[in-house]
Amino acid sequence: MAPPGDPAVELDALVKRYGAATALDGLTLRAARGEVTALLGPNGAGKTTAIEICEGYRRADAGTVRVLGADPAAGGRDLKARVGVMPQSGGVPGTARAGEFLRLVASFHRAPLDPAALLARLGLTEHARTPFRRLSGGQQQRLSLAVAVVGRPELVFLDEPTTGLDPQARHATWELVEGLRAAGVAVVLTTHHMEEAERLADRVVIVDHGRVVAEGSPAELTGAERQLRFRARPGLGLEELLTALPAGSAAKESPAGHYLVEGDVRPELLATVTAWCASHGVLAEDLRIERRTLEDVFLELTGRELRG
Amino acid sequence: MTAPTSAPAPDLSPAPGAVPLPRMIAAQAGYELRATLRNGEQLLLTLVIPVVLLTLFSATSLLDLGPGRRVDFLAPGVLALAVMSTAFTGQAIGTGFERRYGVLKRLGATPLPRAGLIAAKTAAVVLVEAVQAVVIAAVALALGWHPHGNPLPVVALLLLGTAAFSGFGLLMAGTLRAEATLAAANLVYVLLLAVGGVVFPLEKFPAGVRSALELLPISALADGLRQVLQHGAALPGKPLLVLAAWAVAGLALAARFFRWE
Repeated sequence: MAPPGDPAVELDALVKRYGAATALDGLTLRAARGEVTALLGPNGAGKTTAIEICEGYRRADAGTVRVLGADPAAGGRDLKARVGVMPQSGGVPGTARAGEFLRLVASFHRAPLDPAALLARLGLTEHARTPFRRLSGGQQQRLSLAVAVVGRPELVFLDEPTTGLDPQARHATWELVEGLRAAGVAVVLTTHHMEEAERLADRVVIVDHGRVVAEGSPAELTGAERQLRFRARPGLGLEELLTALPAGSAAKESPAGHYLVEGDVRPELLATVTAWCASHGVLAEDLRIERRTLEDVFLELTGRELRG
Repeated sequence: MTAPTSAPAPDLSPAPGAVPLPRMIAAQAGYELRATLRNGEQLLLTLVIPVVLLTLFSATSLLDLGPGRRVDFLAPGVLALAVMSTAFTGQAIGTGFERRYGVLKRLGATPLPRAGLIAAKTAAVVLVEAVQAVVIAAVALALGWHPHGNPLPVVALLLLGTAAFSGFGLLMAGTLRAEATLAAANLVYVLLLAVGGVVFPLEKFPAGVRSALELLPISALADGLRQVLQHGAALPGKPLLVLAAWAVAGLALAARFFRWE
């Protein structure tokens, strides 16, 4: 088996069109073993198309795809045994019992995980005999995750693994993903949940209109940039504050009574703001200094809310 | 929900690898067989309706079935109906919904190749047909059936019929929407039951209509089985040829037009 750090997925300049619509417009990305790579983007950004090309379901119109060093469209049985796939929904016959379907897929593999232990791990033991269509959405999601990992793959693709899960089930899913990473598995997932990307991902790839608009670790993406927020009475004139702040800073009131100062947030800047408050006889409440979130980064890059 | 974290952590380290193809096919066929046998609507179609038709029209004179013992006419026709219900109707509906719900796509991501999935489905169809044949033969024998002839042409007819009906069942499942397949497969079942010489003799139709109806796969299968089992024919040539033509056409069209998602 290839060493950790060796790329599990290499996509170069992928293009995919559906009629007049361009789903992928030169998408390039790498995903490494022993890392969680999160594709972050709004609906229609091309995340699922990219994953489905990696899985061999679709062919790109242009560009190159290497998955574990092979061409997924060639569809080799050996490659399929090495890759686990969790589609966005469904994929299990409605009448199949949860444990039965998991055991079926396990039986295709030489050294599968124990299906019963995996069901227990995901809190599905009491539903092992329940037909798939009678499982709740969250239970279906977890079974689908179990099916993706039961063959002990080197690489897993998880398409929105926690959409619709309650917090406890989401936690169980996150723990399993962290376990996969620790075991050296390459995990590629799509999500619209910032919290999920920030918590799980070693690398975040922000995708919009079929292109990568930014990538890096969550810390790299949110950067050194910080912002200062506080609450005070509405309508304070900010012009005077702006002149006192270093060049390149910005200050705004939005919504009324909520103030935001952006720029190079250093101790001096904090002192300037509090001095300005004091000179107006204002007590800044809930004053805090935050890093930018991925949500902020996304909004800046695309001009759109992620979950809009 | 039980607390998920209380379970011991499974060893998630990679250890991929597929088992040999025949084992995958056997596992999938076993699953398909269990799924069919516990599906109530399927059982109605595959066992209850054939047995009811066989018993009802053997034990009563509601239908004029021509000379000879009634059950000797009915048993081969009902066997043909059983083949159609499993290979065509059941398979079309089951596979159509698997396609609709992304099951075929998902199985495509496992090491089980598509050809292996088709082989498993075929094996499950043949096993269900074997169960049907045993049950129908037992009921027919209890009703006084005296089958004749050589079992070899019977098996050849049943296999060719299975191939023909499977081809068209899969063609329907792989091209139409699942709901359309459900409606169309049931409609075809009822129509062919009515005009395919299953329980209503084709002799009752006008000569021109009759010669056209004899070219249907269900008529060829029912007629061929009757030639052997009722009349002891050694080689029912025309029915075998008709079924072979339908089998080649159905399988070729399915191979060409089946869409997996």
